[in-house]
Amino acid sequence: MGYKAKFRVWRGDAGTGALQDYEVEVNEGEVVLDVLHRLQATQANDLALRWNCKAGKCGSCSMEINGRPRLGCMTRMSVFSPSETLTITPMRTFPVIRDLVTDVSFNYEKARQIPSFTPDASVKPGEFRMMQQDVNRSQEFRKCIECYLCQNTCHVIRDHAENEAAFAGPRFLMRVAELEMHPADTADRRDIAQEDFGLGYCNITKCCTEVCPEHIKITDNALIPMKERVAGRKYDPLVWLGSKISRRPKSEGTPVAVRPAAKDAT
Amino acid sequence: MSSDGSSDNIERYSFDVVVIGAGGSGLRAAIEARARGKKTAIISKSLFGKAHTVMAEGGAAAAMGNANPRDNWQVHFRDTMRGGKFLNNPRMAELHAKEAPDRVWELEAWGALFDRTAEGKISQRNFGGHEYPRLAHVGDRTGLEMIRTLQQRVVALQQQDAASLGDPDAMIRVFAETTITRLVKDSSGRIAGAFGYIRDTGRFVVFEAPAVVLATGGIGRTFKVTSNSWEYSGDGHALALLAGASLLNMEFVQFHPTGMIWPPSVRGILVTESVRGDGGVLRNSEGKRFMFDYVPDVFRDQYAETEEEADRWYTDPDNNRRPPELLPRDEVARSINSEIKAGRSSPHGGVFLDVSSRLPAEEIMRRLPSMHHQFKELADVDITAEPMEIGPTCHYVMGGVEVDPDTGASSVPGLFAAGEVSGGMHGSNRLGGNSLSDLLVFGKRAGDGAADYVDSVSASRPAADEAELTDALAEAIAPLSRTDGENPYTVHAELQQTMNDLVGLIRRAPEVKQALTELEKFKERAAHVAVAGGRAYNPGWHYALDLRNMLLVAECVALAALEREESRGGHTRDDFPAMSPEWRKVNLVLSLSGEKLELRRKPLPPIRPDLLALFERSELKKYMTDEELADLPASEPAGPASESASESESGSASESESKEKGH
Ligand SMILES: Cc1cc2nc3c(=O)[nH]c(=O)nc-3n(C[C@H](O)[C@H](O)[C@H](O)COP(=O)(O)OP(=O)(O)OC[C@H]3O[C@@H](n4cnc5c(N)ncnc54)[C@H](O)[C@@H]3O)c2cc1C
Ligand code: SF4
Ligand code: SF4
Ligand code: FES
Repeated sequence: MGYKAKFRVWRGDAGTGALQDYEVEVNEGEVVLDVLHRLQATQANDLALRWNCKAGKCGSCSMEINGRPRLGCMTRMSVFSPSETLTITPMRTFPVIRDLVTDVSFNYEKARQIPSFTPDASVKPGEFRMMQQDVNRSQEFRKCIECYLCQNTCHVIRDHAENEAAFAGPRFLMRVAELEMHPADTADRRDIAQEDFGLGYCNITKCCTEVCPEHIKITDNALIPMKERVAGRKYDPLVWLGSKISRRPKSEGTPVAVRPAAKDAT
Repeated sequence: MSSDGSSDNIERYSFDVVVIGAGGSGLRAAIEARARGKKTAIISKSLFGKAHTVMAEGGAAAAMGNANPRDNWQVHFRDTMRGGKFLNNPRMAELHAKEAPDRVWELEAWGALFDRTAEGKISQRNFGGHEYPRLAHVGDRTGLEMIRTLQQRVVALQQQDAASLGDPDAMIRVFAETTITRLVKDSSGRIAGAFGYIRDTGRFVVFEAPAVVLATGGIGRTFKVTSNSWEYSGDGHALALLAGASLLNMEFVQFHPTGMIWPPSVRGILVTESVRGDGGVLRNSEGKRFMFDYVPDVFRDQYAETEEEADRWYTDPDNNRRPPELLPRDEVARSINSEIKAGRSSPHGGVFLDVSSRLPAEEIMRRLPSMHHQFKELADVDITAEPMEIGPTCHYVMGGVEVDPDTGASSVPGLFAAGEVSGGMHGSNRLGGNSLSDLLVFGKRAGDGAADYVDSVSASRPAADEAELTDALAEAIAPLSRTDGENPYTVHAELQQTMNDLVGLIRRAPEVKQALTELEKFKERAAHVAVAGGRAYNPGWHYALDLRNMLLVAECVALAALEREESRGGHTRDDFPAMSPEWRKVNLVLSLSGEKLELRRKPLPPIRPDLLALFERSELKKYMTDEELADLPASEPAGPASESASESESGSASESESKEKGH
């Protein structure tokens, strides 16, 4: 049942680029990544793209397929009709390095700013006791494969690079929530969620949840509960009013935040 | 950007310890080196957090005794030696079994969230070859949990360094998407650093350091049907050889029994062994659970003979023997192969793996979520309702850099190795779950070993030989300067096919010889591949450079496979089907002499008497020569360890009656 599919692939680097047309053979059961690999092996040896596992486990092959953020290795060709032209572009929110490869260092910088797991220092390794029902929630968030598709999709930073400094994005707000809900973690991360990582910017549109290949309920299970926790903390009506009005509260007086000098990840 | 060949164009960094690889072993090594106060670099071909370890599914084996209190390091040691068919480096198997629990608990203290037992401890699951439920796990995404925890631990340390030293990169710095192509040495032959290129720009870089830890993983990309990613081009194996170190037992390549086979594009992708650990069974086209027909003599006493007994084992493991689906991987892979050859295969040429008739749907969804997802998305198969079709896939290499068990040191001063790239620990066959624990145990040890070594040379740090750098640079640029050569992708695809066909699961001397002839031709072709484009993120160029490593490794596998005239673990010779006690005593060691690979036989390190005493004499008889047995102390084993030994192997009295396999 092989056929020739029409692919328009974005080729270029940080400076310039354009969509380029290709015709590539497709065989039964293949995914978009297979076809891109065939393109690379036969017509465009230097086509830059990332992949590792080809099984939806590593989060490397994020791209936009007909404008939709997806994993190339988990998008089957059979969902498209053979006559359709597939347009393959790099993730839009991140700067292009080459072709489908983008500079995702923003995400690594945000990851480095979140205060790490802080267990009770008196509990020795091997002595942790946690019940399954208490770890379920954080385990859901730890399914994250760091594909950054949610980061790429969230309207707060998609086409709004100016918000990047103040907003960590769904993946990393979820990381804050994961630690907040971790049964063995002792730190209180509610203030910094709001003030350093920009939880207030999120207006719960759920676009991040929709693109998550791990089907993590980012908005419902991480972001909204986090907002509720923050609101509980902030119930002092004056504080609450203040944060409503300014939308972006000042980040002064948040002693627990970790602010390592953000460095370029090479 | 020009392809300027002068070494002035090399970016230079200086570290105490350079760890090549950001998988479980590399990260654990780096964390240890940093803990020892060494300025450490972590280098990886892909992005931080994407290393192959992320793909591990089933779990990490550690005798914590949470699921069955009778488990302990001695039992784990025994299982590991049996799995490896007694060809393991016994000291490594011992250290691994003893230290794995602490390494797993440590992960928990760094934030890992394993699945829990009813008392809130780390839950442990059954796996092939492990006597008790032993694998700490998180559903079927244990590798992800492990790599994320270690990655986040590195971040935590960087935060500490930012606070105390003002720079998060002060003590531990990650260089992602950077590929090492050569190790460099000083004039006296000590390691002086590592040379490579940064993928996104194509800039060349040298990391000068007295100690380098190889943690580069495996070689699966040399074979066509594999569960491994593009990263597994055997780089560390080749870098070690080129630097003068030796490789051990490269003939032992693990073919995992259960890889996906349909559709063709997913062929080789792993189906975790947890499917069988949790009750899944193998059937042929006649619907028969064929594994009962394939229990080898050495394992006869530990495995059930009837379906009824096998099924009772899941709920009452103390009074029943294990299902034969949980035999070590090499046995299961060969059995599947025999069924296929005998014409009892599933529609697409594999066999059936069925969990749908064994567990309720919601239980399958809870225990095997990513398998469900994988089959649904990639093959349109609902594993809660129908069987999967599976077949063997190249999965893991037991062979690797010959190292000192305690420190991970290779024979080259300053060069260390840990994880899949190192050899010895798993003997001729690795048990499932023993890799993740191996990464932690020996990653830590290699980090320590490297730190000690750095201390020992602090008075005379090696300086990289500039001539070596110039050569490394010339070698790396070469494929870009050729214009009319062959496409590297074509050479690679044909190499994979050749290795699959001629040095795969079942081997025969004429075929392996043919492979060696073919490899000579591939070398010739690889030397002339040409790539278009520049140096910035150019996969064609990366492929061309990886070819050298894959070819070197392929030749090692073929040479050792031809030499070892017996069948054992991950090495099956059709023309020598039996396991030979004489060969058990032999390690095959490969090293480079100029351009040529040299193969040597070397005696296996002896098993210490106290470790030997963990086994019944009747079991050792199946593996050892008469002379070795004559040297054994006559007395029956004593002590607490042997108590659990005789308890758990209540059938061992009859072992002496079971037939010996001939040579
Ligand atoms: C699908 C699958 C499932 C598995 N499941 C299990 C399981 O359940 N339990 C278990 O115990 N084992 C399992 N294994 C095996 C186990 O995952 C691997 O053996 C193990 O993760 C290897 O870890 P490592 O630290 O040696 O290297 P890896 O995690 O493979 O990392 C290698 C690192 O080296 C880097 N590297 C390689 N070459 C270079 C170079 N030239 N320059 C710079 N960097 C380089 C790579 O970029 C990568 O960062 C599984 C394997 C697979 C494929
Ligand atoms: S729910 Fe919040 S984080 Fe998610 S896409 Fe919408 S605004 Fe962004
Ligand atoms: S939360 Fe989902 S979409 Fe976002 S990075 Fe993780 S896996 Fe990707
Ligand atoms: S290649 Fe790993 S998620 Fe697609």
